[in-house]
Amino acid sequence: MTTVLRHQTAVCPGCVAAPSEAVETAPTEARLAISLPTIHCQACISTVERGLSQTPGVRSARVNLTLKRALVEAEPEMCASDLIPVCEGLGFEAHELDLAALAATETNRAGRELLLRLAVAGFASMNVMLLSISVWSGASDATRDMFHWISATITFPAILYCGQPFFRSAWSALRARRLNMDVPIVLALLLALVTSLWETSLSGEHAYFDAALTLTFFLLAGRYLDHRTRAAARSAAEELSALEVPRAWRLNAQGQEEEVSVADLAIGDLIRVRPGGRMPVDGEIVEGRSELDRSLLTGETLPVLGEPGAQVSAGEVNLTGPLTIRALAVGEETSLHRMADLVAIAESGRSRYTSLADSAAKLYAPGVHILSALAFVGWYLYTFDMRTALNIAAAVLIITCPCALGLAVPAVTTAASGRLFRAGLLVKHSTALERLAQVDTVVFDKTGTLTAGTPEVVNLGDLDPDQLSAALALAEGSSHPLALALSRAAREAGVAAAPVQDLQEVPGYGTEATLAGVRVRLGRAAWVGAEAQLTQTATWLDLGAGVPPVAIRFADALRPGAAEVVSALQDSGKKVILLSGDTTPAVEDMANRLGIQNWVADALPEDKAARVAQLTEGGRKVLMVGDGLNDTAALAGAHVSISPASALDAARVASDIVLLGKDLTPIAEACGVAERATRRIRENFRIATLYNIIAVPLAIAGLATPLIAALAMSTSSITVSLNALRLR
Amino acid sequence: MTVLSYLIPISLILGGAGLIAFIYTVRSDQYDDPEGDARRILSDEWDDHPKP
Repeated sequence: MTTVLRHQTAVCPGCVAAPSEAVETAPTEARLAISLPTIHCQACISTVERGLSQTPGVRSARVNLTLKRALVEAEPEMCASDLIPVCEGLGFEAHELDLAALAATETNRAGRELLLRLAVAGFASMNVMLLSISVWSGASDATRDMFHWISATITFPAILYCGQPFFRSAWSALRARRLNMDVPIVLALLLALVTSLWETSLSGEHAYFDAALTLTFFLLAGRYLDHRTRAAARSAAEELSALEVPRAWRLNAQGQEEEVSVADLAIGDLIRVRPGGRMPVDGEIVEGRSELDRSLLTGETLPVLGEPGAQVSAGEVNLTGPLTIRALAVGEETSLHRMADLVAIAESGRSRYTSLADSAAKLYAPGVHILSALAFVGWYLYTFDMRTALNIAAAVLIITCPCALGLAVPAVTTAASGRLFRAGLLVKHSTALERLAQVDTVVFDKTGTLTAGTPEVVNLGDLDPDQLSAALALAEGSSHPLALALSRAAREAGVAAAPVQDLQEVPGYGTEATLAGVRVRLGRAAWVGAEAQLTQTATWLDLGAGVPPVAIRFADALRPGAAEVVSALQDSGKKVILLSGDTTPAVEDMANRLGIQNWVADALPEDKAARVAQLTEGGRKVLMVGDGLNDTAALAGAHVSISPASALDAARVASDIVLLGKDLTPIAEACGVAERATRRIRENFRIATLYNIIAVPLAIAGLATPLIAALAMSTSSITVSLNALRLR
Repeated sequence: MTVLSYLIPISLILGGAGLIAFIYTVRSDQYDDPEGDARRILSDEWDDHPKP
């Protein structure tokens, strides 16, 4: 039921996201963004653009296929939630996105800057390489000197402009008295420039201008790939978090509703919560009757009755009738916030993962410095010639320079993330893929993760036609998730609604009407006078006239791909565990349907986090897949975590990977891709090392020429990139 | 070798022209949706008149 409700509760971010001070000028148009995870071809583009443009109020629509998103310019009063049914009507799954305009332009500007530096480096290195080729092929004397001087005049300004990201990063590392990958890079660039200039001024034979520029070019390429992957993931993740809008309707002294920010609510305030709305604070019901959906907080699928005097906590969804609640705890005191504290604790306990690139850099950076310093000292003691010694030290630094290492990781992660994005997974964290590759245990949450959160009727066949038509007529009087599921199932079975009169919904209980002079009811067991208490979700139909009420039972619909993903994971030798806050029979039933041997029911959020921590202590690498607030601490504590896009903001923030579509199957694929990606990264490191093993002895022996440096560098970078592309 | 004094400036100018053209494409957002742009050419919707 959660997905259905989410669309109702989704207040338009375009309308309310702007804080109060920004409302001075009336907007002349609304810019809206919609995520379309299932579009894939030009026909989809045309269909969506045509459909959206024909919607009244839309001025223009443009689909971005790379980001799988549509950008719409519309009349100021339009909301993204108005357009989602349009897209869904066209056959595309759609979610609204908050157009975090500011954040997007920020990352855009950084990306553009990198791209420009990359272009300048490319331009300069091509020209200098052209001049160098003529030097290598035999230019001598004055011609060679002239070529070297031209190279120098191109190289110096180009490196000063293009190398800035490295200079900045190396400087900040040195200031903190650390060594990172950029320190040897900057040292190599500077040393190469200084010795080459010196050589040129002495009419020397070897100048490394081309090597310095090619190095900058390859390294910038790695940086840019890295930036693109992360920026795309970050902006999409930011925009996904648009759903929870912190607004509430407070009743003022005259009993009128006024819209206020949740932050302004105080203890004792009376707050109106409409059907389909989420509780903004913890409180007590003072007026109204309804049913409450707690599935996102506890994992229970059965809605609970809410009547005056009952306690509610922030995050629960009001299902049927309007409620007035008195706030008992606001802000940091609410149960929602206590959950956030639990997440903070779990995160601090998460072992700090060192990425493959970092561990490579840790070995590499000191090694390079020592090697080139040794070469310098050795040659200086051997020849007592500063010029030779410096030249050789520069050659060692340039040849060992990590341009293949700088490309090894970003090229693979870009290829793998791109592949996973096409499969419907958004990788948010930069080391998530490496961690995913190590996973040997997968923990699933039940409600909302393995199940779609929408109930399905299971015993429709047990009812006779009269009962069915009455049930359909009654179910149509309510927007309760069970009633919606029942009327959908009955309509699909071809049932016609019975002619009922005086159909009305009794909030918190069900619907009643008169059929041929008899009062008929559909609703909670106690209300219709049923005796049996079933463990399964059920609604009861009472046709009056002394006939005992019949139960209409429901089961949670499985998410598409749930069964496939569980069996695929088990086939690949991973242990699958079902960890749910729902009741034992419901969890047991689900575990049997999916063939999961290990399951735990009635798990509190603390239990889930503790169970994950216990598995981790036992040496297992846990992948947690969950969507509810009750999973948040476990998601943050697991080795790596995945949450569906329909999950609560808090759960999405705590997880490393977001599943964009409804289908779960990409998770199994993701594990495979992650394993292959990590293997490619290791291969790339090995390739880069191999080139170094061949070239470094030459450099130390003083045999390396700029030609050898250029060859070693370019071939290793190209091999590494091609190897990464095999992942696509 | 005097030919070099023409050829080198010419090659630099040509390369510079390429660089300026590239900077123009970056500034006019032509790399935002490479996949979509590659696909749009296959649609014949706006073949006869430009998209308004």
